[in-house]
Amino acid sequence: MKVNDVILKTVVRMVVFIVLTFGMYLFFAGHNAPGGGFIGGLVLGSAIVLLYLTYDIETVHKGMPFDFKKVAALGVLLATGTAIGSLFFDAPFLTQTDGYFTIPILGEKHLSTVVLFEAGVALTVIGTLVTIILSISEDE
Amino acid sequence: MESLMIILVGILVAIATYLILSRSVFRVIMGTAILSHAVHLLLLTVGGLKKGDVPIIGQADEAFTDALPQALILTAIVISFAVTAFLLVLAYRMYLTNGTDDFSQLGGKSDE
Amino acid sequence: MNNIIVLPMIVPIITAIFLVFLRDSIKLQRIISLITMVFVAVVSIVLLQLIQTEGILRLDFSGWAPPFGILFVADSFAVLLVLTASIVTAICLIYAFSTIGPRHERMFFYPFVLLLVAGVNGSFLTGDIFNLFVCFEVMLLASFALIALGGEKFQLREALKYVLINIVASWMFLLALAYLYGTLKTLNMAHISQRVAEVGQEPILTLVSLVFLIVFALKAGLLLFFWLPGSYSVPPTVVQALFAALLTKVGIYALFRTFTLMFPFDPEVTHTLIGIMAGLTIIAGCMGALSGHDVRTIATYNVVIGVGFILLALAIGTEEAMAGAVYYLIHDMIAKALLFLIIGTMVFLTGEIVVKNMSGLIRNYPLFGWLYFIVMCALVGIPPLSGFIGKVLIGQGAVETGSYVLLALGFGSSVIVLYSLLRIFLASFFGETSISEDDKKPIPRGAMVSFMLFALCIVGLGVGAEGIAVYVNDAAYTLVNPSVYVDAILNANE
Repeated sequence: MKVNDVILKTVVRMVVFIVLTFGMYLFFAGHNAPGGGFIGGLVLGSAIVLLYLTYDIETVHKGMPFDFKKVAALGVLLATGTAIGSLFFDAPFLTQTDGYFTIPILGEKHLSTVVLFEAGVALTVIGTLVTIILSISEDE
Repeated sequence: MESLMIILVGILVAIATYLILSRSVFRVIMGTAILSHAVHLLLLTVGGLKKGDVPIIGQADEAFTDALPQALILTAIVISFAVTAFLLVLAYRMYLTNGTDDFSQLGGKSDE
Repeated sequence: MNNIIVLPMIVPIITAIFLVFLRDSIKLQRIISLITMVFVAVVSIVLLQLIQTEGILRLDFSGWAPPFGILFVADSFAVLLVLTASIVTAICLIYAFSTIGPRHERMFFYPFVLLLVAGVNGSFLTGDIFNLFVCFEVMLLASFALIALGGEKFQLREALKYVLINIVASWMFLLALAYLYGTLKTLNMAHISQRVAEVGQEPILTLVSLVFLIVFALKAGLLLFFWLPGSYSVPPTVVQALFAALLTKVGIYALFRTFTLMFPFDPEVTHTLIGIMAGLTIIAGCMGALSGHDVRTIATYNVVIGVGFILLALAIGTEEAMAGAVYYLIHDMIAKALLFLIIGTMVFLTGEIVVKNMSGLIRNYPLFGWLYFIVMCALVGIPPLSGFIGKVLIGQGAVETGSYVLLALGFGSSVIVLYSLLRIFLASFFGETSISEDDKKPIPRGAMVSFMLFALCIVGLGVGAEGIAVYVNDAAYTLVNPSVYVDAILNANE
């Protein structure tokens, strides 16, 4: 069945970038304000799901040739990796650290390992979300 | 406010119980989703409903809110999200292989 | 700070994730998962020694001192169970190598088993009741995946029921946690114990503890075991063995922690109720085991009897009974795993599940038959095998406190266990052989190795019971004197 979905495709093409930007904003805002890896990951994942809904699986897969199960696994690895990293510095499990660093051009910035942990969470959420949707929609 | 919330929790649990007792698999899954919302609300309520600042030393002079129930609820939401997603996929597969979504036809012996 | 405590949980998780990337190299997956389980077993032996020299250990996650942060606690009870769980899983993995088949292995079988073990070990080691909930969920999600793995028609159907029952049980767990937080405003188990001791266990707290009793009874299969026979008979043999060995035991562990550490002050209500429930569980389990026609049903009802028997010890509550319970828990994990592996192999060899339709297996597989005999004797409690010492100690505790009804039920159940298993032995192993030499399937060598290792554990635990007595007595002492545990968490400064 051929569906005329010009409006959907045109709108999604623009909206996806807005959603992705908002997702990234939520992810970074989580350090000091409402937001964080889980919610940011959900929003980013929903943008990808939106793409899958509008275009078919093959088209999207050409642009993003990831196995999303492995994306989720990478996320868990990153999150547990930062947790276990503290073992090598003789600090209790899960200890996170932060500090102020002077970066050329950007100036002094506050960096912390929590961001890496949160990135792991976000990747896990994106991976799981897309895997769930794909595993339902892949068969007829 | 607390009593209002408790009544709301009660209503949600009643709805969820009704849905879980029905025959259709999908209704049962919706019931479990509502059930988890009810208990999240309960967690929030027993933690104390009040307006206040963040519980950081030096920032909250007077009233501050207890951050723990929120953390617990977030964890519980994540878990129930994962379980519900798994359950939906499982129910869909089950529907494909068993050809029915009616619990009354899903009895049977395990050794068929 | 003892970062070693977290290893039994975090190492299986990390390797599970690594194995996801190694999806296609099955050999590598096997080797890595086995090494991981052996490593965890070694870590827990080291932990046991450390506890002997330094007392109860704790690890505050990211340095948040109790009662504010989440923590892991290693006492002898928990670590003994971690050790047993790791050994049982390692041996079950050896069985899986030769039986599970590449289709399951490519569908992330090993990662799920490792995640299951991570959840189980985390539940044993955690010192925070909400963290216990999280570890339970890790374990349950892995078990959901394992029970549905393969995607057979009946498997998916039973998996759906299993998942739904566990969702409702988890909901009740959260409900109990909400009530607990509402009344005591803390979730650290030692802190809960201290606060309950300070204010006295008022009726409202007893009520909260009873909600916990329902939750853990559902998980442990104590009286509320209606879900157990259906869901334990559908997955592949090795998964059945893992479930029978590990899942109900986590519920039992949680019951012991709840009613020895957190809410021990109202035994007239709580412990009496546990005694009644345990007695009814034994009776119902016996009826199921006697009436079952197929071998799997008989085996699952034997799990139920075991659960009831261990919880008799909690109802009795003396130090001797507790030591017996620890011994019996360890024994039960090993023996039930072996029983399920043997039963599953019988079904695989004959293609039949009804007891009457198999016969003469011992002529084709003599060693296999006598291994079944060993596990039967161990489950009945015949010395010098592993079940004996636990049964004697629990019986001794029952005599001391004058709980003769529980004593009679406990030892009556041994007779029923003997009868139900002997029935299989006589009908299926003796008699005319139903398998001709030509279409005799060989037992895979890996399966035989794992049977032998389990049998070795059973004999070793029976003969060498004196060797682990130090650790078991320490575990029982901590269970009977919760103040030791509380002091180690709240009053010890690092």
